[in-house]
Amino acid sequence: MATEHAANGPSPGDYIVHHLTHFNSSGQKQTEIIAGVVNYDTLFYSVTLGVLAVFLLWLAARKATSGVPGRFQSSVEILVEMVADQAKGIIHSAESRRFVAPLALTVFVWIFLMNAMDLLPVDLLPTIWQTATHDSHAFMRVVPTADLSATLGMSVGVLLLCLYYNIKIKGLSGWAHELFTAPFGAHPLLWPVNFAMQIIEFLSKTLSHGMRLFGNMYAGELVFMLIALMGGAWAMSTTGILLAIGHVVAGTIWAIFHILIILLQAFIFMMLTLVYIGQAHESH
Amino acid sequence: MNLNATLYLQLLVFFILALFTMKFVWPPIVKALDERAKKIADGLAAADKAKSDLALAEKRVVEEMRKARESAGDVRASAERQSSQLVDEARAEAARIIAQAREAAQAEAGVAAQRAKEALCDQVAQLAVAGAEKILRREINTQVHAELLANLKQELQ
Repeated sequence: MATEHAANGPSPGDYIVHHLTHFNSSGQKQTEIIAGVVNYDTLFYSVTLGVLAVFLLWLAARKATSGVPGRFQSSVEILVEMVADQAKGIIHSAESRRFVAPLALTVFVWIFLMNAMDLLPVDLLPTIWQTATHDSHAFMRVVPTADLSATLGMSVGVLLLCLYYNIKIKGLSGWAHELFTAPFGAHPLLWPVNFAMQIIEFLSKTLSHGMRLFGNMYAGELVFMLIALMGGAWAMSTTGILLAIGHVVAGTIWAIFHILIILLQAFIFMMLTLVYIGQAHESH
Repeated sequence: MNLNATLYLQLLVFFILALFTMKFVWPPIVKALDERAKKIADGLAAADKAKSDLALAEKRVVEEMRKARESAGDVRASAERQSSQLVDEARAEAARIIAQAREAAQAEAGVAAQRAKEALCDQVAQLAVAGAEKILRREINTQVHAELLANLKQELQ
């Protein structure tokens, strides 16, 4: 799109803003911080990639045998083994692991795939979408994890699981007791302080969990856009060829670096999911 | 950076995917992994057992070989003993037969000599009678002189 628009020249700001606007149910840019609209693009890509993720895992699971595994089965098994080991080290209840370990595996593969959308050229899917809808201003964002609603949606899911396991493991009264007596002590004067600390802890865990992934992916996407902008501007200046070279060099470096980030962030999200749910199993 | 209802839907998708994985992905893979681990463990145990069995069998082979060699030696010794005994017996038998034969031959020879001697005595007696007849020119009455002749024959013997 950058090159497309270079002739009539949208300002770089316009280009970025356009790229950072979701295709949502209201049909226009969401201006409020919180609104009741739904981002179709985020949902489409996250559901598609989620289905792809579990489909790939299912393919391996369907043919899983205890005989000599093929390469695909081996690679899935390595993933499963890795997640199972981590889960075993963090969550000591085998019964909880029956759900939490598969959850962690799903989260890891799913988030990795969603993050990997960042590696596609920033204009590729939006341009196809704009061509298909005959609307050169149609909005489309392709990285679901660069949408705060998506990442917070998942971290709230983890929060709900934490609450569930807190009640399940410690019982309602046990958990309530812990809410008021940990971390500072059982003295009645400390109850409000303890409770406030616990609430803050839950809030901050959930927020940081979602925001960390979102921030990394959002920033990564933004850098890709700036790099694309650099390439898109080469026709408009006399030193343009340098900008094109810069695009190639910077784009390559950033994309290679980003491979690390997308994997790392997926792994961190998975590990924090396990850690938070594991904490829900432990009494203070 | 704004929030909207996508959050709820994403939350829902999150749980649906996790449940799917829990139901259809995780159990078969973990089962296969556990089974393979067990297979490998069994295989290693079997290999160890086979190795120790082999060592035992080799030890037993050596033992059997030793025993076989010993009993072969015994058999050979007893065979030698038996054969030498047979030879000795045969030799003794042969000596006995020879001695018997010699005895028989000697007895026979003695009888023959006796008989020859008697014949010779008869002839000597007749020769002596014939010589005496010629000398005396007269016939000797054999009945009268029979006693005399018998005495002569007795003396010759």
